[in-house]
Amino acid sequence: MSGVTTAHEIAIELKGITKTFGAVVANDNIDLDVKKGEILALLGENGSGKTTLMNMLSGIYHPDSGSIYIGGRAVTINSPKDAARLGIGMIHQHFKLVEAMTAGDNVVIGTGLDRRLRKKTRCAKIRDFSARFGLSVDPDKYVCDMSVSEKQTVEILKVLYRGARILILDEPTAVLTPQETERLFTILRKMKADGCAVIIITHKLGEVLEISDRVTILRKGRSIQTVSTAEVDAAKLTELMVGHAVDLSLERPETEKVPGMLKVRDLTVENSEGYNALADVSFDLAGGEILGVAGVANSGQKELCEAIAGLMKVKSGSILYRNEDIVGKSPADIIKAGISMSFIPEDRLGMGLVASMGMADNMLLKSYKDAKGPFLDKKPSRELAKVLIDKLDISTPGINTPVRMLSGGNVQKVLLGREIESNPSLLITAYPVRGLDINSSYTIYNLLNEQKKKGVAVLFIGEDLDVLLELCDRIMVLCHGRVTGIVDAHDVTKNDIGLMMAGEKPAQRGEES
Amino acid sequence: MAEKMHAAQRRSGSRQPLVRVIKKNNMPLYQSTLLRVGAFITALIAGGLFILCLGENPLSVYGTILNGAFRSSIAMQGTVKIAVPLLICSLGLTFAFKMNFWNIGAEGQLIMGAIFATPIALYLDQLPRPLVLLLMMVAGMIGGGLWALIPAIFKVRFGTNETLFTLMLNYIAQYMIMYFREGPWRDPNSPAFPQIKRFAQSARLYEVLGVHIGWIIAILLVVLVYIYLNKTKQGYEISVVGESQATARYAGMSVGKIVIRTMFISGAICGLAGMIQIAGADYTLSDTVAGGVGFTAIIIAWVSRLNPFVIALVSALFAILEKGCSVMQSTFGISTTASDVLQGVILFFILGFEFFTRYALVFRKRGGK
Amino acid sequence: MDLIINFLVAAIVSGTPLLFGTLGEILTEKAGHLNLGVEGMMAIGAIAGFYTGYKTNSVLLALLMSFAAGMLCALIYAFLTITLKATHNVTGLTLTIFGSGLSSFIAFSMIQNAENGVPVLDRSFTSSLANIHIPFLSDIPVLGKLLFQYNPLVYLGVVIAIVMAVYIKRTRAGLNLTAVGENPGAADAAGINVTLVKYVHVLIGGGICGLGGAYMALTIGNGSWVNNVVNGYGWIAVALVIFASWNPAKAIGGAFVFGAFSVIRYYMPTGVNLPTAFYNMLPFLVTAIVLVISSVRKKKKHVEPAAIGAIYFREER
Repeated sequence: MSGVTTAHEIAIELKGITKTFGAVVANDNIDLDVKKGEILALLGENGSGKTTLMNMLSGIYHPDSGSIYIGGRAVTINSPKDAARLGIGMIHQHFKLVEAMTAGDNVVIGTGLDRRLRKKTRCAKIRDFSARFGLSVDPDKYVCDMSVSEKQTVEILKVLYRGARILILDEPTAVLTPQETERLFTILRKMKADGCAVIIITHKLGEVLEISDRVTILRKGRSIQTVSTAEVDAAKLTELMVGHAVDLSLERPETEKVPGMLKVRDLTVENSEGYNALADVSFDLAGGEILGVAGVANSGQKELCEAIAGLMKVKSGSILYRNEDIVGKSPADIIKAGISMSFIPEDRLGMGLVASMGMADNMLLKSYKDAKGPFLDKKPSRELAKVLIDKLDISTPGINTPVRMLSGGNVQKVLLGREIESNPSLLITAYPVRGLDINSSYTIYNLLNEQKKKGVAVLFIGEDLDVLLELCDRIMVLCHGRVTGIVDAHDVTKNDIGLMMAGEKPAQRGEES
Repeated sequence: MAEKMHAAQRRSGSRQPLVRVIKKNNMPLYQSTLLRVGAFITALIAGGLFILCLGENPLSVYGTILNGAFRSSIAMQGTVKIAVPLLICSLGLTFAFKMNFWNIGAEGQLIMGAIFATPIALYLDQLPRPLVLLLMMVAGMIGGGLWALIPAIFKVRFGTNETLFTLMLNYIAQYMIMYFREGPWRDPNSPAFPQIKRFAQSARLYEVLGVHIGWIIAILLVVLVYIYLNKTKQGYEISVVGESQATARYAGMSVGKIVIRTMFISGAICGLAGMIQIAGADYTLSDTVAGGVGFTAIIIAWVSRLNPFVIALVSALFAILEKGCSVMQSTFGISTTASDVLQGVILFFILGFEFFTRYALVFRKRGGK
Repeated sequence: MDLIINFLVAAIVSGTPLLFGTLGEILTEKAGHLNLGVEGMMAIGAIAGFYTGYKTNSVLLALLMSFAAGMLCALIYAFLTITLKATHNVTGLTLTIFGSGLSSFIAFSMIQNAENGVPVLDRSFTSSLANIHIPFLSDIPVLGKLLFQYNPLVYLGVVIAIVMAVYIKRTRAGLNLTAVGENPGAADAAGINVTLVKYVHVLIGGGICGLGGAYMALTIGNGSWVNNVVNGYGWIAVALVIFASWNPAKAIGGAFVFGAFSVIRYYMPTGVNLPTAFYNMLPFLVTAIVLVISSVRKKKKHVEPAAIGAIYFREER
């Protein structure tokens, strides 16, 4: 950076940024500025254009029009390299790290400046940064062996090492426990004190209020307003974000529980690399109950879903469904028995839907064998597709449009709709609201509650602790494939769950078998 | 100032690059078809430039190719004879490719079909002709099917790389012909050069309109394959497995079974092509029974986007090219391998033009920064 | 004893083209690109090397031309797969068909224009590719023959392998290359010019494959052109990359082992009478078996570049 540094000098300024993807206007004439030594929160729902806007600073996208000023000078950012040269560092939601390399190697790749830097000096430099900002990173540890929060620390170190003075963090807390989040915020505050400009993308109001100095709110690609954090509260922020006042509380209907729908006992599952992804997991799930599952990413959630659905081999233990052990049964038999599983992976389409097929053909996925003879009967699936479009308000050009062309929210409605239409007795759903805006999320929560009222047993694997606490009857916490606690959702705090996610047993709470 | 220096270093100064690539939504079918036709024509022009460099007139060379393929009924029959195995193999490969299984082994599967059918032609030729032919057909399909089964089983069981495995099996099959030709099936009446004797009349395919009935079988197959892949449960399974094995398992499909079954069918169809080749065209088993058909078929299947009807059309085009090139040697002294070169050039262009169905170029606005 | 030494020497001599092919493909795959066109690039390298040698009588020019020809082929591949984002598999296969075809095509006209229809390299040319002789070293019994009496290209292959191993493991550029092959998105975000890295390595890889073809054309056939000289070795080279677990140093051993299988017929004990076809088939058979074995063996983590065959587009969401 150049020029005279004075307090509250503007570090970066965007003017009239517009970006379109095909017919979709992702960013529409957005203005934004951040001062040095300031933390700005960029708040908006999923799909409001936050990440797109920031990706134009990090050199991933080009704006169609508009200008970017850094230190008062107009710049053009053509690549991530340009961004780094201008002192911009972005920590993407999906980390950009090479798994097969050490942290140290990840930090130095692509930096041509100190080509002859010895490993020792390199390590010293890394340690220096670590100390200054309170980061703890082992430079010789392989990224693939790291936890999510360690990886994030490497990402931060990486951008600092490149001399970044403007930091952008995209949903950095989505995958962290509350305690890890707190640690991250401490780091961010140190950077702020060091004179860095920090932009944090989030849709969590609590965090906005805790960490930021100012908030810029985006809605549907437009910049709605920039406010000083001290002058607003959560309700006001929500209203700005969604466009109208929203009641954020979730319904938790009281239902009659039918015990014994699912009993899992000492379930142990080995992953492809040969160690236990699940170890001695035991829990009960009743009909008319929603059991939430909390845990940091990759704590065994996927394996739990897949083991029950018959997709993963069970090493030991039993899964009793209506008192019948279903371990070893084929996925087809388990589907027939009335167990439905839907897992929304990070790319949203990985499992459950065939991306290149239309809605109609996707409806066939689990029922195509029902027709007699060797030929397909596409008629019922076409009708089902039409029913779902009306019922869940799915927007698609047609029932034969490949589902990959639909927006994320619609894809998830298609999947969950199909699963619910199959009238399951046990509904397993993992991350059903991943990447959805508030309205779509609530549609999905309502669907789940409806199922609960019908007496269906629901296993809900979620990310957002606030939602888990309000929606579920009980919450099971997983850590490294073990159950660290099963607690009543009515009387547990977010902090308690956070501790359990990190592996600490709950203190004298009503732990069930 | 430092920044100025950086700016100067940058190729385009502080401006946007001249051309940027952006992603585009799906293109309507007619546009992408037009694009592919455009690619084909551009490829012909490029090929023409190449011919020009060789000192020949491209138009007269292309004219010779067309003329060579169509000049007489015999030439046309020859073209059809080339098209039949290409078409059948491409159809066979369609099964595997639709399942996202990289079966590069059509060549070997065709050969194994021919190898399995040959002993029937050699040793059971006293049986009635329809029976001999039927047996040969069945044997050929079993041979090709089994040869495809090997990589399929290893792929399912251990995840063995099917691309390279099927490739190796091509060469193994190729040298098996050599073994039989020089060993057990060697014609004792041909002491000078080891070869397999020509088949008796009973092991030769019937002819309709001057060409063996392979062409009728091929046309029938086009329709059958279309129906199988698009209208049946098994066809649906193939599509799902090809898109995502995880999804297929999730839907309760037994992926291993589907892969193995489909690969057997894929190989069996290629094996049938081998049987038709020996019983309809060569009347013996020789080293050149496949002659690269299996490789060309890969390209045909891919260019045709696995649509059986398009495959029929493209096979015909490639057959014309090949037949036409075979006369170039005598007319222009240009090697017949020119058809391989031309095929390659055509495909390079089609591959390249494919870009424009998915991406668009945006040029820097004039005066913009 | 002599027989065994002769066998080992022959194995190394005939394994060398595989070494070139494998090394070229390792470099290509390290950049995340599966190029199935090795066979084609080697075929083109073969004819380019032979034709240049035939016309100019210069070994250096012949090698340079084969390298350049391999690079040109790789350039087609690189332009299609990197810039135009075409499928790696199909593009590579096409390159093989195109390269093999073009090689035969050129060879055909070379033969037609040659005296007596047989193009032969000048004796001085072949002799400069003869086995080297280092005073003293080459005369050590056993070791001398085993280590110091090959044609210069064998040493070139080994040197390239070692240099490449050091380059990938020990240099900053090698680290960047690994990053590109593992995760181009991460490499890009780290400021590496992904397109440039890919182009450079795919092209040089192609050039090295071209050298492998030249080796075959110039040494097999004692100075006269052999049609279809590469004959599947390119494919074995692609498979050997897996065998060598993307490590250039390991490729040396792998290539020589496979060289052994292709010459074993001449060193079988008397009395063993297997059909010729079997010996021809053997390298391919063994490759198939090795493919199976390496898939059965529990795969070590992170040996294969993770982004191999993936098409990188920065704006992909």
